[in-house]
Amino acid sequence: MSILTAALHASRAVARSRARERWQAALRSKTLLAGVTILGFWIVCALWGARLAPLDPYADDLLATLAAPSAAHWFGTDQLGRDIFSRVIVGARDILIVAPLATLLGTVLGTALGLALGYLRGVVDDVTSRVIEAVQALPLVIVALMALAAVGTSDLTVVLVIGFVFTPLIARTVRSAVLVETELDYVAAARLRGDGTLAIMFVEILPNVLPIAVVEMTVRLGYAIFFVASLSFLGFGIQPPSADWGIAIAENYSLVGSYWWTVLFDAAATASLVVGVNLVADGLAGVFDT
Amino acid sequence: MSEAVANPAPAIDALRIEHLEVSYQVGRHERKVVSDVSLAIRRGECYGLVGESGCGKSTVAFAAIRYLARNGRVSGGRIWVGGRDLWSLPARQLRRLRTRSVAMVYQDPGRALNPSMRIGRQMAEVFEVAEGLAGRAALERASHMLARVQIASPERVLHNYPHELSGGMQQRVVIAMALSMRPELLILDEPTTGLDATVEAEVLDLIAHLHADLGNSILFISHNLPVVARMCDRVGVLYAGELVEEGPAADVFGDPRHPYTVGLLRCMPSYGMSKNDGRLETIPGFLPAPGTISGRCVYADRCANATERCRVEAPPPVDLGGRIARCFYPERAPDLPRQGVAVPLRGAAQASTPEAQAVKPNDGPLLRTRNLSKTYRIAGRPLRAVHEVTLELWPGETLGLVGESGSGKSSLAKLLLGLASPDAGSQVELRGETLPASADDRTQEQLKALQMVFQNPGSALNRSQTVRRLLARSLRLTRLEGAAREARLEELAASVRLTLEHLDEKPRRLSGGLKQRVGIARAFAGGPRVVVCDEPTSALDVSVQSAILNLLVDLQAQEHVGYIFISHDLNVVHYLSDRIAVLYLGRLMEMGPADRVFSGPHHPYTEALLSANPSLTDADAPRIHLSGELPNALNLPSGCVFHTRCPRKLGSICEREEPPLAEAVPGHAIRCHIPADLLGRTVLRNNHNN
Repeated sequence: MSILTAALHASRAVARSRARERWQAALRSKTLLAGVTILGFWIVCALWGARLAPLDPYADDLLATLAAPSAAHWFGTDQLGRDIFSRVIVGARDILIVAPLATLLGTVLGTALGLALGYLRGVVDDVTSRVIEAVQALPLVIVALMALAAVGTSDLTVVLVIGFVFTPLIARTVRSAVLVETELDYVAAARLRGDGTLAIMFVEILPNVLPIAVVEMTVRLGYAIFFVASLSFLGFGIQPPSADWGIAIAENYSLVGSYWWTVLFDAAATASLVVGVNLVADGLAGVFDT
Repeated sequence: MSEAVANPAPAIDALRIEHLEVSYQVGRHERKVVSDVSLAIRRGECYGLVGESGCGKSTVAFAAIRYLARNGRVSGGRIWVGGRDLWSLPARQLRRLRTRSVAMVYQDPGRALNPSMRIGRQMAEVFEVAEGLAGRAALERASHMLARVQIASPERVLHNYPHELSGGMQQRVVIAMALSMRPELLILDEPTTGLDATVEAEVLDLIAHLHADLGNSILFISHNLPVVARMCDRVGVLYAGELVEEGPAADVFGDPRHPYTVGLLRCMPSYGMSKNDGRLETIPGFLPAPGTISGRCVYADRCANATERCRVEAPPPVDLGGRIARCFYPERAPDLPRQGVAVPLRGAAQASTPEAQAVKPNDGPLLRTRNLSKTYRIAGRPLRAVHEVTLELWPGETLGLVGESGSGKSSLAKLLLGLASPDAGSQVELRGETLPASADDRTQEQLKALQMVFQNPGSALNRSQTVRRLLARSLRLTRLEGAAREARLEELAASVRLTLEHLDEKPRRLSGGLKQRVGIARAFAGGPRVVVCDEPTSALDVSVQSAILNLLVDLQAQEHVGYIFISHDLNVVHYLSDRIAVLYLGRLMEMGPADRVFSGPHHPYTEALLSANPSLTDADAPRIHLSGELPNALNLPSGCVFHTRCPRKLGSICEREEPPLAEAVPGHAIRCHIPADLLGRTVLRNNHNN
């Protein structure tokens, strides 16, 4: 038995070093590092934006409307003379609440749906899968707009609508992973000891498809940010008077010819957040693959 | 190797490797997987390289064509192919060498062929690239090559896509492609491992025939010792990246001089050996991780002959006159102590077979099936996977199921367990009580009684659960709670020789053998009456296999369970089984006591299976050939389903009428029109290892 134990220690050491290697791969991954830095910056802004902002983001200054970037106003001022730099920093808050919540909702519902479809199969799966394909064929922004127009716009309804729109997309990814798992013998072994359907789905299969769901979630988060910003731009997302990048772009885009700074920094902020999240998604997928 | 050193002109050797060292970059570490391997393959020679998985066999082969994985590196030594120093060749000449002088055939022919190209196109490409032939001329050469590998209708095969061919045909095509440039050196990496025994025998015959015909050199890599014994002139045994023994095949297998070779040979159940003859030998311990041992003998930790010297000093290759062994004490190898020398098992292990039934007349069979059938529908057409199988299993008995892939062995197992639903009219009875068709409808008692050990322990264990959790979930069937359940769990782990430390590991941290022990523990968790073992050792190495087989025999003796044991390895089936059932296209062709099925009279199909079974000692025994392929199950032959391939077909009666499964002697039934006393017999070869 001592040889068994020794071999076990050896294999454990290998596994531990594998975990360490994965962690080191994560640290080495420049993609992940860049993504985390960008995302981290915006999270700090979202959490402590009010304190970090040099000026009150909501204070009008009618004597300094549409001022170009200067030492006093780094990013210039808008039509009401509000400091754009402060508004960009504070603007991270609402979008970083709404988009992740919507993504989380979509992931939870989508994973549950994907598990059920992939494990139970049958007519329900056939019908639901066709419906999902039909939904995917529509432009999602249009679907969301119609839904929001029907139920009215608030942060809560935006979260719900985006969450529901994402559900079938995530369900599809999870379903295909579940199909692979269902063929594995451990599922047969669970049936042979009398495990119920729910136990097999959630206790046996779920932990094995979770990494896939997590990567899918980070990818969807990038879309969600873009989605929320688009809805805000169209007036169906985050509502004034909250400082928000999408709203700011909507308010000022007609001025972009002469007063470029009223749009550029909000647009750049949105883009950098989306890019940051996508870098994290790519980095995570790479680390999970190693 | 000794001759190679004495001979200064390497040009005469087809392949010559000197002091080869190969390392892989894993993370930041460099792991040496092959160290100091020297070998020479003479022109026209077939050289076998054997060893268990992870020994470095394939790495040596890839190094020999300078085709290592990106993280691999030759860190020392030299290689000559046909006298050319491989590592100093410029890229163009290397390319030329790979197209003309060396060819390689891999294990999985399905992956070596391009699935989206017709065979003709793929083969013609070889001639276009190498000889500048075009169109018709290249196709004609391809057709000629297919005829050489004994493909009956080359023109038709040229128009097929790879998926339209069976595994054996695919491998023939790959061999034809490899040989089309008449290479000096042919490297075969486990060329028959994925094939059925009868197909394997055919492909091996083909390789031997072509070898005699073309006179090229072959490097034959395999984990299957009998196959290598049959094919090769000389063999090298690899262990942990070192060549531990080398010599003429007959010497190495007949009179091994390295303790590892001795151990490996003793691990295999020999032809005709049974569990009643004694336990199988095992090799204690585990293969060390590559590159972890240096400055001492790599095998010392597992060697019963090892002395202090072996642990502080690495043995050099010792010349024993035409053969070498990397051991300080090669003369002591034949006397390597045995562990469980032929200890007959206690009476408890004796099965209550029908003959022994008189002792306990009240006990009915444990498990009984009546007309068990399963028909799948493929595009509206019926596919009969299992057809009217009626069998019985008695307490403490092992019923072996043999047959080629597609014979319905695994489908039958699934029906018994309720993982697939049988056709109407089928019946499975457990101790006289009819079982619901689906596992989901069976009671806890019924589920507990009928369990399974799966083929691939990697897929059968949930990778997200620790061993403890996994076993605890299976123990819920016992309704034990708290401390009692905990105690039972540890008892269970101990019964399959797992330590407490293993319990808190996840499956991926365990070796294949340990995983299979967990799989066996899970099957025994609820105190089963019948355990279905579906190829439980086919994914394992020989030395691990013997330990698992011993464990299964021990557990059977303790718990008096009945086994349904499925395997393609006839020696393993015979070792474990009291009775054997032979399946062909979902039908029982023969069923009877293991010894009688082996000794005959037997069904012509059984005879062919037995004859295809490679053996270490009877390498040159005549073989019975099955003509043609396994028929398509969607379009079964009329009459006797075996008549299309039967070497002893009587005539039209075989095409018209399906013979009944008739008892030749009580307890031994054969489905054949030929009367039992005219059927073939095989003399039981008595060749218990050395």
